[in-house]
Amino acid sequence: MLNIPCPYCGPRDETEFTYGGPSHVTRPELKSTDLEWTHYLYHRENTKGPYRERWLHSFGCGRWFNVLRDTTTHEILKVYLMGEPGQSIESVR
Amino acid sequence: MGQVYRRMQRYSLLNVLKAAPRANTGWGPAWRTPGLQRSYDVVVIGGGGHGLATAYFLAKKHGVRQVALLERGHIGQGNSGRNTQVTRSNYFYPVSSSFFDHSLKLYEGLGRELNFNVMLRQGGQINLAHTLHDLEVMRRWANAIRMNGVDAEMLSEADIRKLVPILNMKSRYPILGGLIQRRAGISRHDAVVWGFARGASAHGVDLIQGCEVTGFRKSGDRVTAVETSQGAINCDRVCMSVSNQSSVLAGLAGFTLPITTMTLQAMVTEPIKPILDPCVISGSIHAYVSQSDRGEIVIGGAADVYNSYRQRGSLAVTRGVLAAVLELFPSLSRLKIMRQWAGAVDITPDTSPIMGLTPLRNLYINCGWGTGGYKAIPAGGDTMAQTIVQDKPHPLIGAFDLARFERGALVDEGAASGVAH
Amino acid sequence: MRAPGPYRLKARADAAPVEFRFDGRVVRGIEGDTVASALLANNFRVVSRSFKFHRPRGIFSAGVEEPNAIVQLHSGSHTIPCARATLVPLSSGLEVSSEAGWPNVSFDMLRAIDFMHSVFAAGFYNKTFMWPNWHVYEPFIRKLAGFGRAPTGPDPDRYETWHAHCDVLVVGGGRAGIKAARTAAADGQRVILVEQDDYFRGDASSLANLENVRVLPRTAAVGYYDHDLVTLAQTATGGGALRPRERLWLVRAGRVILATGAIEQPLIFSNNDRPGIMLAGAALKYLRRHAIAPGRQVVVATNNDSAYTVARELRRAGVNITAIADSRECPPDELMREMMALEIGVHAHCLPVDTKGFGALRQVTIGTLGSDNNIRSIRKIACDALLVSGGWSPTLHLFAQAGGKLRFSELSRTLEPVADHPKIEIVGSAARASPGEFGKRLSPVCNTARQWVDLRHDVTVSDIELSVRENFTAVEHIKRYTTLGMSVDQGKVGQAPGIEVIARTRGILPSALGHTTFRPPFVPATLGTLVGRSVGELYAPYRRSLLYTVQASAGALFEDFGEWQRPAAFPRAGESRGQAMTREVKQVRSGVGLHDASPLGKIELIGPDALEFADRFYINNLKTLKPGRARYGIMLRETGIIFDDGTVVSLDEDRVLLTTTSSGAGRVAQWLEEWRQCEWPNTRVVVVPVTDQWATVAVTGQHARAILDRLKPECDLSNEAFPHLSFRATRLLGHEARIYRVSFSGELTYEINVPAHKGSELWAALLEEGRSFGIAAFGVDALLHMRMEKGFIHVGADTDGTTLPDDVGFGKPAASKQTHYIGKRSLSLPEHVRPDRLQLVGLTGGGATPLPVGSHLRLAHSGDATDGWITSAGALSVDGTPVAMAMLRAGRSQMDQIVTVHDGGQIVTTARVVAPLFYDPTGARMNA
Repeated sequence: MLNIPCPYCGPRDETEFTYGGPSHVTRPELKSTDLEWTHYLYHRENTKGPYRERWLHSFGCGRWFNVLRDTTTHEILKVYLMGEPGQSIESVR
Repeated sequence: MGQVYRRMQRYSLLNVLKAAPRANTGWGPAWRTPGLQRSYDVVVIGGGGHGLATAYFLAKKHGVRQVALLERGHIGQGNSGRNTQVTRSNYFYPVSSSFFDHSLKLYEGLGRELNFNVMLRQGGQINLAHTLHDLEVMRRWANAIRMNGVDAEMLSEADIRKLVPILNMKSRYPILGGLIQRRAGISRHDAVVWGFARGASAHGVDLIQGCEVTGFRKSGDRVTAVETSQGAINCDRVCMSVSNQSSVLAGLAGFTLPITTMTLQAMVTEPIKPILDPCVISGSIHAYVSQSDRGEIVIGGAADVYNSYRQRGSLAVTRGVLAAVLELFPSLSRLKIMRQWAGAVDITPDTSPIMGLTPLRNLYINCGWGTGGYKAIPAGGDTMAQTIVQDKPHPLIGAFDLARFERGALVDEGAASGVAH
Repeated sequence: MRAPGPYRLKARADAAPVEFRFDGRVVRGIEGDTVASALLANNFRVVSRSFKFHRPRGIFSAGVEEPNAIVQLHSGSHTIPCARATLVPLSSGLEVSSEAGWPNVSFDMLRAIDFMHSVFAAGFYNKTFMWPNWHVYEPFIRKLAGFGRAPTGPDPDRYETWHAHCDVLVVGGGRAGIKAARTAAADGQRVILVEQDDYFRGDASSLANLENVRVLPRTAAVGYYDHDLVTLAQTATGGGALRPRERLWLVRAGRVILATGAIEQPLIFSNNDRPGIMLAGAALKYLRRHAIAPGRQVVVATNNDSAYTVARELRRAGVNITAIADSRECPPDELMREMMALEIGVHAHCLPVDTKGFGALRQVTIGTLGSDNNIRSIRKIACDALLVSGGWSPTLHLFAQAGGKLRFSELSRTLEPVADHPKIEIVGSAARASPGEFGKRLSPVCNTARQWVDLRHDVTVSDIELSVRENFTAVEHIKRYTTLGMSVDQGKVGQAPGIEVIARTRGILPSALGHTTFRPPFVPATLGTLVGRSVGELYAPYRRSLLYTVQASAGALFEDFGEWQRPAAFPRAGESRGQAMTREVKQVRSGVGLHDASPLGKIELIGPDALEFADRFYINNLKTLKPGRARYGIMLRETGIIFDDGTVVSLDEDRVLLTTTSSGAGRVAQWLEEWRQCEWPNTRVVVVPVTDQWATVAVTGQHARAILDRLKPECDLSNEAFPHLSFRATRLLGHEARIYRVSFSGELTYEINVPAHKGSELWAALLEEGRSFGIAAFGVDALLHMRMEKGFIHVGADTDGTTLPDDVGFGKPAASKQTHYIGKRSLSLPEHVRPDRLQLVGLTGGGATPLPVGSHLRLAHSGDATDGWITSAGALSVDGTPVAMAMLRAGRSQMDQIVTVHDGGQIVTTARVVAPLFYDPTGARMNA
């Protein structure tokens, strides 16, 4: 069970949170082709390794935030606020 | 290593009795350990049930001579070796029904086909309904199954009480009825994997373990060779049949997939005398329960919630599934969990698999089985083998093509069975 | 003549006797005994049977690693299968039964299988039972499997869950554990010290008195999870109705110290499974704690120093040790001399090769293993107890569960950490295996079919050899092929020798082998304990409106609709649910009814951008919505699929109220908040869910206005001043109130909102004022029926996870809205514009046969397996005609066609396709 460090409330058990999938997914223009649009809707990076994802502290402050977490070890590498630019593994080291 | 290849020894009671006095020294390898050649007609990546079944059918049904199956670890050590063994074909959409019932029919004859006892026990699977709305949606589903020519029956409260005496009918979500597929049941996952491996090997497939694919050599939109930890292998066609590595491999081949990899847990209790005949599953109380032939109560639930390749389940999910199990079967409370495990499964947006062609002309894919790949193993192998040989999707898998997402043509079984959208 | 077998040495004078039953027989132990020690004291040599061959088994160990003495406790609903007799404290009147043996454990007819053991070697079931069909054999085999019996009723005990945080979690209350806990505590750290036994080897009580230390006896550390969460299973003692039987601790630790000790490993030799063979360390524990001698003629076989301590202490207690066999060529001199002084003969360079004794041990054969693998200097020694010591394996399961990597070391002859774990420190005997040198552990290769590696599952050396012979060479394959380590003891005893046997069979070094994955639980964990209090009433909350009580007393029949418990109907005496619904519908259609609509979701959007924000979510154009007006809206996912529906009400210039389905409230609020926070953070709006803040009572029917008027709201109720689909903020019964004119039933309806705690007052007032109009409460069934007659969709019934707006007749508004809304882009995907999609239609049935919901439909010249299904249905309230709403292939172009209706594999009736609107087509009644 993950211990997620909410940037507003501090570390809490994963049961207090809702998962929001990948961060920084760019929505294509409305005039995009069907291929581009469905790619956005359905295709995923699904990274094996450091992964940028969104979490919502549902049973806490109710805020969304971003997390860089390794999907093979579950180590939480970085937590940053919603709206901040994407963090990479290099920025952690 | 000096392992001598013999023609596949027949498994039978007679041969078992004959081997016994010689302390079983007469049995030979179930499959060969061949050296890796530099070139094959078809390379199958992935030594799980689907990959092995594909290799088997390629060799046996289509007579393809040079087939290599590459497995980075040991065969069957992925999700084929970790699942709860549910075997059923009670699906909603005609395309799903046809495919999964083809698989169940293959399962029904699989022991004889492979000369390996897969222990298919068709004790039935019951889905529970807890509200009037559940019953209505379930009736829609039952009728859909029947319209597809597959067996399904609505059950009353009294029927269920008789079939599952230990079920708590008056739980927090009272049980008002349900749906049964009587031909559904459980089988033995290791036997299925080993049976296909033995059959494939006997028909000339080279099973190469400890061989990890590290890349693809391409020429235009064709794969010319597969790069592995044991060197490059030239090949005419390639089939990707891996679980939780599909995005990685697709990435190496240069395309993406609509897949999210998550953890799926399962667990068994200590073995006890038989108390549960059919498999029981509830969509509202998220758990499914059956009892193995060893006597263990086998338990599973929905996948864990977040992306993971770790293959260790979250404790929160474990407790949630067990709470659901005790809600349905309060008398199991004093039993103990003996063994617990998890795998990483690939979830697609419509919980239907991805099978058939890819952007590369001679690369074929079979993935995205999510929580339901085990029951599909024989049909997966059969249809992929034909797809590879004919270079066009087998009729049963046309609707599961990768390109369906571009068209918005999802085959959403979960949605159809009334799960919250 | 004293019987062979274990016995109690002179017991403590003050030891109180404790009586219990074993297999129905009364047995006497003493206070402080475990079931195992009491059985040993009473010379029970055979306590169970092995799984496959039904060979007799005796007590092998004194701890969690016990593979043989697995027993059933209590009976009925209290019964516990697969209990380890070595861990169960003895209590007066305890019922214990062996779990095997037909007719009983001392004489088991199924031992006949043992005489054909070669036939039943590992994997035999892969090779046979195929003809004619597995179904023929399976029922019989299923009955043979499983040892214990499940309880016959619900669990009478309760279980609790505790959460704790600490800086240091110390697992193990031996000397090393106590020392580590003391050091950390002195350093000011918050410490939790756990020990699975009920005594500590050291002064734990002074530790427990420290403010920053918590000491937990009878508590096993069971699992290690992400981010250093460790689960503990604590066994409570003492009676009391509310005391839990077990408690689960979820401990988030800063770091973990493992002082978990080591588990003694056996020696592998022919017939090493006979009752009377026991781990040497276990015999020592039984001596020290329970004053028990393992037998009258005891032989010790070892490959290391530790067994000599056992021999010494047993001898000093008066036990007859006849010999020690040490597989080392040159055991340490001082030990040899000491044994000589005690008159115990030591046979150096000797190990056991075979034993004899049909029911229990009576003789061991020892010999010297030459370099040519032949046995020399064979000696047969009469004995009734053989204590074996094959070295010690540090208990590192939690380390491995935490992701620590292990590898077999040829030096320590066991699995060892490859590298440190950043959060785990290992101390004591868990950190280093037994000191000194080791001798051979495995007897030479002969009659390997009788050399056990897994006692419980009857896995022998020959099974491993067969596995490798058939090319199942990977450790994981061997485990599954032979079932090695897969039984209730989880293979703790036999792990190290097992690895050595596999390595020897494959001709490689043990360190080159991997090992199977370590997973929770370290010891089997009770389901009830893992679940805790989330059972029964507490499994899932009953979400109830504040009007629940008053409706319950009115005879409501409640059901779960989404998350909420709502009245399906209010059956009167003798009425079925269906009959009640029919009466309620008639009541509302002809007069007036009262309905609790509080559970429907209510969400306020507040801010200058509120309406513009709302507009982004609905297919309907909301920008033109003026304050005081309401509009029906459908919300989509980005994929274009219908997500929820409800009304959108403009309360004010900067205030909008959205209503949702009752199960959608949470999802929609989260959806709105997600877009607001993540995509449009600069939008000036806040999202405020207010479902629970307002009670909503709907008064529905032609008399609604008259009744509401009697409550004297401070607003004009005339149709001109307050038309359909509008809203008024006013005061009612002395409180603020919001009144909406919206209608799902198709009748004149006022949805009256008052602050939640005033809901029952409003309900009572409406009932009172409506009495002369014959007002009655109606439930969800009636409402859903009435809306069906109007052709209003019910999201989740008429729609599922594939339905698009055009499918249910909302294609035009969805297409004509110019501004963008979520889901719009997806509506033009190829699959979404196909003409043969399922579309919402109405059906009228012929005759009186009802149209079943969930039945399927087929068109006259259909080429498909099915052409659609009925989503809602009922008998028309005005004349009883069977009507339905259905999704039909290209439905809108099938008007007037006849479809066959299929249910349960048969055609049950036919129906005509019509527009989905059966009642008051002009809407005159709700617009009145």
